[in-house]
Amino acid sequence: MEHITLLLAIVIVTALVFDFTNGFHDTANAMATTISTGALKPKTAVAMSAVLNLIGAFLSVEVAKTISGGIVNEDGLRTEVIFAALVGAILWNLLTWLVGLPSSSSHALFGGLIGAAVMSAGWSSIDGGTVVTKVLLPAIAAPLVAGLAALLATRLTYRINRKVTDEGQLKSTAKGYRAGQIASAGLVSLAHGTNDAQKTMGIITLALVTGGVLAPGSNPPVWVIVSAGVAIALGTYLGGWRIIRTMGSGLTELRPPQGFAAQTSAATVILASSHLGFSLSTTQSCSGAVMGAGLGRKGGVVRWSTATRMFIAWGLTLPAAGLVGAGAELLTKQGSWGVAVVAVLLVAGSGAIWLLSRRKPVDHTNVMDTQEAEPAGVVTMAMAAVTPPPTGTAVMEFESTIPAPAGTTADPARPATV
Amino acid sequence: MKIDWAALASVFGVSLVVTVALVGLFTLGIIGLSKQAATATAGSAGSFALARAGAYLCFGLCAAAVTYGIYLIVV
Repeated sequence: MEHITLLLAIVIVTALVFDFTNGFHDTANAMATTISTGALKPKTAVAMSAVLNLIGAFLSVEVAKTISGGIVNEDGLRTEVIFAALVGAILWNLLTWLVGLPSSSSHALFGGLIGAAVMSAGWSSIDGGTVVTKVLLPAIAAPLVAGLAALLATRLTYRINRKVTDEGQLKSTAKGYRAGQIASAGLVSLAHGTNDAQKTMGIITLALVTGGVLAPGSNPPVWVIVSAGVAIALGTYLGGWRIIRTMGSGLTELRPPQGFAAQTSAATVILASSHLGFSLSTTQSCSGAVMGAGLGRKGGVVRWSTATRMFIAWGLTLPAAGLVGAGAELLTKQGSWGVAVVAVLLVAGSGAIWLLSRRKPVDHTNVMDTQEAEPAGVVTMAMAAVTPPPTGTAVMEFESTIPAPAGTTADPARPATV
Repeated sequence: MKIDWAALASVFGVSLVVTVALVGLFTLGIIGLSKQAATATAGSAGSFALARAGAYLCFGLCAAAVTYGIYLIVV
């Protein structure tokens, strides 16, 4: 490891941080419905997901050969560009977590990479057609496929079940649904660990190759595999409670049969798509499945205002992460001091988002208190976070109009320092 | 730009069929088992061994699907 330069070390750490944010951003995919239907206790659910993520990271040795799968021309990609791309992806992941919206971590990474590559080598380094086929089309297809499957499955299970009225029998079937749901959620976690931890391994390996530490085409060293697996598992265990709340109870209200149908649909779509060569985003499949299951039950309601905000976030993912990536690349281009500035900005930005999140903490204790989640507060925070300049004042107003709930750890003295 | 419509269509078809089939099977399975639980207390015997066997068959098929899913992840 003696040949690892400071820049390379920074990129590796940043890649692991991205892996970590990926973990806690995507816990919701596997476990949100499991938690909201009561199949597992919140802490148990994230622990199980974390373990399966870790196992998943070691399951397959077929590490992603490219970061972007052909969207960006990766020949001669400089290490600084990878760094800038990661910065864009991390900040977008944190921002969407702050406002509690599920969005694809892979798309955030693609966006950061596109922005950084364009800034570095011009528009010719982007394959526009691949952007459409690998990002835009799947973003439309994933929720439709998963949603329709979950909708039909929910209808079917309620139809088969409609004659069951006996109290004891109902209890027994609910238990069965929960068990089935846990199995499907486990599959999603496993698949997530394999896919996404390998993406990070791919990034680190690519950076090591670019930096001349590894020969081109070599497999990732063991320490890369272990650290990527551990980072994503830790992130998952931390739990992105804000996103879990949105997916588990914000989009629609789920009962055990619906949760089972949704999670089974998500697992099937994810496995089918990665196996049949038309990759769909895990996050988008899961969100679609949850909405489909919500519509499938008689009297089920999907909260379209929340769904619309989620769709907007999906649409913004590429451009927003791209802009940050481009800005970061503009700075890193200037030389070592630019890299240092970007690193400092990344830490400061992440810290600021974390501080903002402490004003209204969501954790395993209050993750399912929906009445607290839905009112204007979320919208206000979304607006505040999406429009950067007036953030300070908007959040101040928000804080002054809605008193912090008792027992939060928000420190009233802190805001002045933000 | 070449969109692989065939792959997309097969993802769509396979997901739909497999999800609905799995959820249907599993539902039949848990209903079969729950019937047994409900009527065991009532005391009537008879065809519940059949319901039970059917339920286990359904669960077996679901387990096979999950195993195949894990196989897909590993390979």
